[in-house]
Amino acid sequence: MFEAVQKAYVDAYEGAASGLPGGSIPWVRRVRESGLSRFREVGFPTVRDEDWKYTNVRPIAKQPFATAVRDGVVVTGVELPEHAALESHRCVFVNGHFIPDLSRLQKLPDGVTVMSLSDALRQGVAELETELGRFVPDALHGFAALNTAFLTDGAYIRISDNCSVEHPIELIYVCALDGEQPQVCYPRNLVIAGTGSRVAVLERYVCAQQDRYFTNAVTELVARPSAQVDYYKLQQESARAFHVGGLFVHQDRDSTVTTNNIAMGGAIARTDLHVTLSDTGAHSTMNGLYIGAGRQHIDNHTQVDHRVAHCTSDEFYKGVLTGRSRAVFHGRIVVHQDAQHTDAQQQNNNLLLSRDAEVDTKPQLEIYADDVKCSHGATVGQLDPNSVFYLQSRGIDQDSARSMLTYAFAKDVINRFAIEPIRDELEHHLTLTLLRGKPVGEPA
Amino acid sequence: MLSINNLHAAVDGKPILKGIDLEVGAGEVHAIMGPNGSGKSTLANVLVGRDGYDVTGGQVVYRGKNLLDFSVEERACEGIFLAFQYPVEIPGVSNLYLLKAALNSVRKHRGLSEISAVEFLKLIKEKIKLVEMKEEFLHRSVNEGFSGGEKKRNEILQLAVLEPSLAILDETDSGLDIDALKVVANGVNSLRDEQRAMIVVTHYQRLLDYIVPDKVHILANGRVVKSGDKTLALELEKRGYTWLAQNSDAAAAPSAGV
Ligand SMILES: Nc1ncnc2c1ncn2[C@@H]1O[C@H](COP(=O)(O)OP(=O)(O)OP(=O)(O)O)[C@@H](O)[C@H]1O
Ligand SMILES: [Mg+2]
Repeated sequence: MFEAVQKAYVDAYEGAASGLPGGSIPWVRRVRESGLSRFREVGFPTVRDEDWKYTNVRPIAKQPFATAVRDGVVVTGVELPEHAALESHRCVFVNGHFIPDLSRLQKLPDGVTVMSLSDALRQGVAELETELGRFVPDALHGFAALNTAFLTDGAYIRISDNCSVEHPIELIYVCALDGEQPQVCYPRNLVIAGTGSRVAVLERYVCAQQDRYFTNAVTELVARPSAQVDYYKLQQESARAFHVGGLFVHQDRDSTVTTNNIAMGGAIARTDLHVTLSDTGAHSTMNGLYIGAGRQHIDNHTQVDHRVAHCTSDEFYKGVLTGRSRAVFHGRIVVHQDAQHTDAQQQNNNLLLSRDAEVDTKPQLEIYADDVKCSHGATVGQLDPNSVFYLQSRGIDQDSARSMLTYAFAKDVINRFAIEPIRDELEHHLTLTLLRGKPVGEPA
Repeated sequence: MLSINNLHAAVDGKPILKGIDLEVGAGEVHAIMGPNGSGKSTLANVLVGRDGYDVTGGQVVYRGKNLLDFSVEERACEGIFLAFQYPVEIPGVSNLYLLKAALNSVRKHRGLSEISAVEFLKLIKEKIKLVEMKEEFLHRSVNEGFSGGEKKRNEILQLAVLEPSLAILDETDSGLDIDALKVVANGVNSLRDEQRAMIVVTHYQRLLDYIVPDKVHILANGRVVKSGDKTLALELEKRGYTWLAQNSDAAAAPSAGV
């Protein structure tokens, strides 16, 4: 049966290939076909794959999702997240397709290119030919391969050397699908921060309705020497949706990249974060927060590759789970043979708010160099009943006491998110999820 | 204000309180003394409604209402406050945040609006002076990394901010140096008034030199075995609990005390 579904994707590709943006350009076709052939080879992962042991994607793999097409896009009634306090350059994608009318790119400073990938492909932007797909690892799982096969739209962001972008660039992916036939979107982003540049990018997934759909996203992020990038992935899909996303980060000498990976939507949500520190002096901070409720399943797989000497990485992920939700955290640190004087830290702490919530946390250190400083720690705990009681004894009701303590738990990771409106929003969501015991966005 | 009648309570099925009788009137300060393990903290925890302390018999009437019907937070909002023997540390929740949330809960219960930020800060500044606490403690997490004495002082700060009708102090004096003891006692004394009652649990006369009680009760094996005025504490200090053990028929008789 899986075979039949997989074949349906292959057939869909064959039918659509020439009509996809840049479909007549040979190198674009080559990129897509490399994805397709990888998909043919590996198909969808199963729980027999070590990396998917705790995440059963059968609900995604068993039904064919139709590619969401641009023509079907309804843009009325789409509510976008609005922050009075957040001034941003904004790209809006509905069902995976760039919608200029909803976007706000007029004030982009000189030296910054933000365009839809489909336009960039059609226009044959030269940089794409060398860079697109280059930072995605070869040994890719079937989802990312499928994204490559169907890559159509998303954002191409290019920051010129030494350019500092004051306001964040926001990429908003909204799904507004009628739900009659389940559909899939393949967002694909390429962000290149030039030498010495500075930028904050916010990749955000929101839903317009509580529908079942599938987002299969891939982002490649490149930080050239001494670039400083603050990257957010804020996943707030419908609680019935599926989300599989890859964030592949490549860092050159002395670059600093902070990834802030926030997951709170989706019935099944999986993110693969893969950071490659390719030249000395590179520093990666990996912050993560996942909030699960109801029957959500949220999986974060992270990997940092220390390829050369004198790089540092600092990973800090926290999870808050209630209801019957389940989370997976897998943190892999690979210190290659030449990567002497590596400093790699990893911490994962989980708070289970209900008896039926569950988490699997797994650190994995592979160290092939001898002069390194690595540490990791993982905890799974509950709210301390003595603390809840203490607050109650001061007149604070039980729900408020629990939400105060939950926020207190998550606060140190939230405080690492540099954009203040995001912090405020998370505090709000955390309290809401907890009080209602339901995923964010799901009606009461 | 508080009337405890033949109160029995068990922890994990094990009877700890075995028939407590106690009457505390408005404006009074009662001291409770007694050997380790006699049930003093258990009584305090039962009064504030802590989980795991099961009332197996008797009644507690507080301002005309059956106290045992109320939840922990309702009791607090109704004006009962326990300064804990072992205050917990709460990382991530600042002292200031807790004080404000607590004060607003109590105000809400009384039908008052939330306190304004300006008013609140004014109030807090006044209260930390009372317990001679440095302002930086307000911004630290509740009790986290506080010394034993600082934790006790922090309990009194909360007490001073919340202004309860019935304050129960469980060994607030233990672990305090002599200066801190005076500060805490002053803080407590400044809160004494006609409307407010206090129950002070202690092992030492020393505290009662500063907070002079109207009545002293001695608890042994889950019962009040002797009650008297402040001289009872002095006598106890002189003669120790063995003197009490000699009156062991008193300890056994349910009608003992008062
Ligand atoms: N949670 C509990 N689990 C088991 N036993 C308990 C628990 N709480 C109290 N007890 C028992 O109840 C008895 C009374 O304890 P309590 O703490 O009330 O004594 P106390 O009079 O306050 O003593 P101290 O002067 O040492 O503070 C003790 O024997 C104690 O071991
Ligand atoms: Mg005690």
